[in-house]
Amino acid sequence: MKTDHTSEVTLRINGTEEKVLVDHRVTLLDLLRDRLGLTGTKKGCDHGQCGACTVLLNGRRANSCLKLAVAAEGATVVTIEGVADLTEGDGLHPLQEAFVANDAMQCGYCTPGQICSALGALAEADAGWPSHVTPDVTAGVKSASELGAEEIRERMSGNLCRCGAYHGIVAAITQVASGSNR
Amino acid sequence: MTSVGTPLERQDARAKVTGTATYAYEHRVEGVLYAWPVTSTVAKGRVVDIDMDSAMATPGVVAVLHADNAARLETNIDLGPVQQASVPELFVLQSKKIAYRGQIVAAVIASSAEAAREGAEKLVVHCEEQAHDVVFRARDPRAYVPSVLGDLGPGNVNRGDADAALEAAEVVVDVAYSTPAQLPHPMEPHSTLASWTEGRLTLYSSEQGPSNTSQAFAALLAMDADDVEVVCDYVGGGFGAKAAPRPPAVLAVLAAKLVGRPVKVAWNRRLMTAHATYRSPTAQRIRLGADGQGKLSAIVHEAQHMTSALSDYVDQTASSARMMYAAEHARTTATAVRLDVPSAGWMRGPGETPGMFGLECAMDELAHRLDLDPIELRIRNEPEVDPSDGKPFSSRNLVACLQTGAEQFGWVSRDRRPGTRRHGRWLVGTGVAASRYPVFTVPSRASATAETDGTFTVAIGAVDIGTGSRTVLAQIAADALEVPVARVRLDLGRASYSAAAFAGASLGTASWGWAVDKAGRVLRDRLRDGAPLGTTVDVDTTEEVSAMRDVSRNAYGAQFAEVKVDAVTGQIRVERMLGVFAAGRIINPRTARSQLIGGMIMGIGGTLMEAADIDETFGDFVQSDLAGYHFPTHADIGDIDVVMLPETDDELSPVGGKGIGEIGVVGAAAAVANAVHHATGRRFRDLPLRLEDLRNASPASMSLHQSLR
Ligand code: FES
Ligand code: FES
Repeated sequence: MKTDHTSEVTLRINGTEEKVLVDHRVTLLDLLRDRLGLTGTKKGCDHGQCGACTVLLNGRRANSCLKLAVAAEGATVVTIEGVADLTEGDGLHPLQEAFVANDAMQCGYCTPGQICSALGALAEADAGWPSHVTPDVTAGVKSASELGAEEIRERMSGNLCRCGAYHGIVAAITQVASGSNR
Repeated sequence: MTSVGTPLERQDARAKVTGTATYAYEHRVEGVLYAWPVTSTVAKGRVVDIDMDSAMATPGVVAVLHADNAARLETNIDLGPVQQASVPELFVLQSKKIAYRGQIVAAVIASSAEAAREGAEKLVVHCEEQAHDVVFRARDPRAYVPSVLGDLGPGNVNRGDADAALEAAEVVVDVAYSTPAQLPHPMEPHSTLASWTEGRLTLYSSEQGPSNTSQAFAALLAMDADDVEVVCDYVGGGFGAKAAPRPPAVLAVLAAKLVGRPVKVAWNRRLMTAHATYRSPTAQRIRLGADGQGKLSAIVHEAQHMTSALSDYVDQTASSARMMYAAEHARTTATAVRLDVPSAGWMRGPGETPGMFGLECAMDELAHRLDLDPIELRIRNEPEVDPSDGKPFSSRNLVACLQTGAEQFGWVSRDRRPGTRRHGRWLVGTGVAASRYPVFTVPSRASATAETDGTFTVAIGAVDIGTGSRTVLAQIAADALEVPVARVRLDLGRASYSAAAFAGASLGTASWGWAVDKAGRVLRDRLRDGAPLGTTVDVDTTEEVSAMRDVSRNAYGAQFAEVKVDAVTGQIRVERMLGVFAAGRIINPRTARSQLIGGMIMGIGGTLMEAADIDETFGDFVQSDLAGYHFPTHADIGDIDVVMLPETDDELSPVGGKGIGEIGVVGAAAAVANAVHHATGRRFRDLPLRLEDLRNASPASMSLHQSLR
């Protein structure tokens, strides 16, 4: 029921429609973590400064701590819990497998955000988007498969990892970017 | 069948990439409430009155916790020499006195985190303010010599007559270095869910030591440690910040006690800046005396720190200087100035990190003065026994690290002249520094059970804060039991599993591993002697640890850095870095590599960006979030590689490892700073090396800079 402080919103989260009554102060991040039990999305700063809360919002990566849940009416959200379902088959998503294979984590707290952010970054590159280090910004890039380490580092710099797992993360993303198994 | 030494996949990697690894805040209990703290806005004074009406009128608010209604904690507690320094910070809301800005003065408890926070904003706390003193200045005449430092050694250590030796030395390097306060900022903020049931307390908490935390709360609450369970299934990094329980956990416990319901707290970055400890700033002076061939006769290392009104904790910043090199005369002195600031504490490689920055830069300065290769200088001063106490080294492979690194890094063909290499607008240089971290071993208990299905369960009150302990302990257990690792279930992360060491001081694997190894072997032997499935053995390594011989145990390393410095903007990029480490047996080269590289990256952060400055007016740190306090992100990090030298050392725990959690940070800053000197021809002795300092330096070699001005 809608009040001055609450509204009902409907979101599609990992393929399931969720109708929830939300306090207007609640961020999408807290909706996921505190109300829906989807704690795979992490809170590192609550200020848009670390990327731990990254989800795919309507297909694009977004810091869920910066989005009020009430403003996400009708949105489609993919969280780390839904990433494996983005590909066919029962196993993990190839990017998740690549993170495991490259030991692209230590404590794991930034990991869900890194993975969601990387999926968003690869999609951006496939759409031709340039980054700060793209040689010709107007031409952009042809696809994610041409991203080298420097491009990946630049595009992933919104995701902090205090454990310093960058080496493995970049290796994992490079592997998937250059492969055909996305 | 040996699992130890193989690059086994991180056992919890799949849980981490799927979001199913459960961290403290993510545990769920019925009827949970949320607490949000109110903190002091003055640096010194006392709380005189709290106006609670509008906070209590906020929808969802259940209670206000403050000094008059908070449960009384035991004040006279002894947590042992290592943890004791953290005790004063635990007396949350036990008095109305304010010792630093950001101290918890009240908390609001509500049915949602949002309501608690709104209530906290509406709470009006009236404070009486007193003049504060928060400015850290080098050579402060009030500096005192603490009787004991973080490494439990004394503040001042003297051998021979260093002053006379300096007087007589052919060459003297006399230099001052400074390092800023630095913040650990693990990615998972401190969080605790406290739940009381029938007189027992369960804490789901983000801690580096479930056992220690249980013991600390048992002491504070005058309870039996068996009645305080601490659950740390997954911990999102620690770096010292969680090596002892901190105020947020105490707040959760006091709040839960007040309302008789479970309470969750999660800190934000501003609160972490005040309560999660920091590395003390240092003001250092180093004097090296040597002959014309570079043979050292004297080393004097003085380092000033800051302490708080609450805590006497002081890093062992100068301790490495008395044992790294063979100088007959040495004096190392750590001092501290007491200020009205938040309390300093452990941060990854405490003491060794800032101290080896100074010492290893000074060694580079000496090499430069003598026109000697800095690796050759170190080799000429390689000691046979530990110079600080004459004890034999259990093993010391610093020279091998330097030489292997020199070969792999391409050091051999290096042109020593500084400020002479240029690629377009970039000045290029390389640098080297030594690393060292002491080996500690702490008694632990563990149990092992032969399950009826042919598997084994090994349980220990250890914790995996991202180091890979869940993986390496399973490997150690499998080898001890002589079974494949797939048949071992390794349970850790709960105080109730056993009394065990904490994850700090790089001692986890050696200390826990010893207990796990022993439990595995004892159980294996029992089964061979006919014990039935279902048998559980419980072991303790106290006897073995105290029987260790009295020798000098340290891990060593050599770090190499190549930097480029923009001649126009002064921007520094670390192009590549190589760390070569001799740290005993490596249990799992895959997780070890990640941990060592992670340390080096934190070292780069400490060199180029990490700094927290005290605001003179307010008295707390200016950089109170991740937009202000910078640490490296993807784009800051170039090529990094690690070599782990094979090393056998029979004087260690049977695990054979020396610990690798911290040595990666130690020496990294000096390697980078020495490379910056090599690139620019200028010495920068104050961390972090900021581009504005480099830009303003305008060395002769920065001709492009000149011409564009
Ligand atoms: S939690 Fe959202 S960016 Fe840090
Ligand atoms: S793995 Fe710990 S913060 Fe990235």
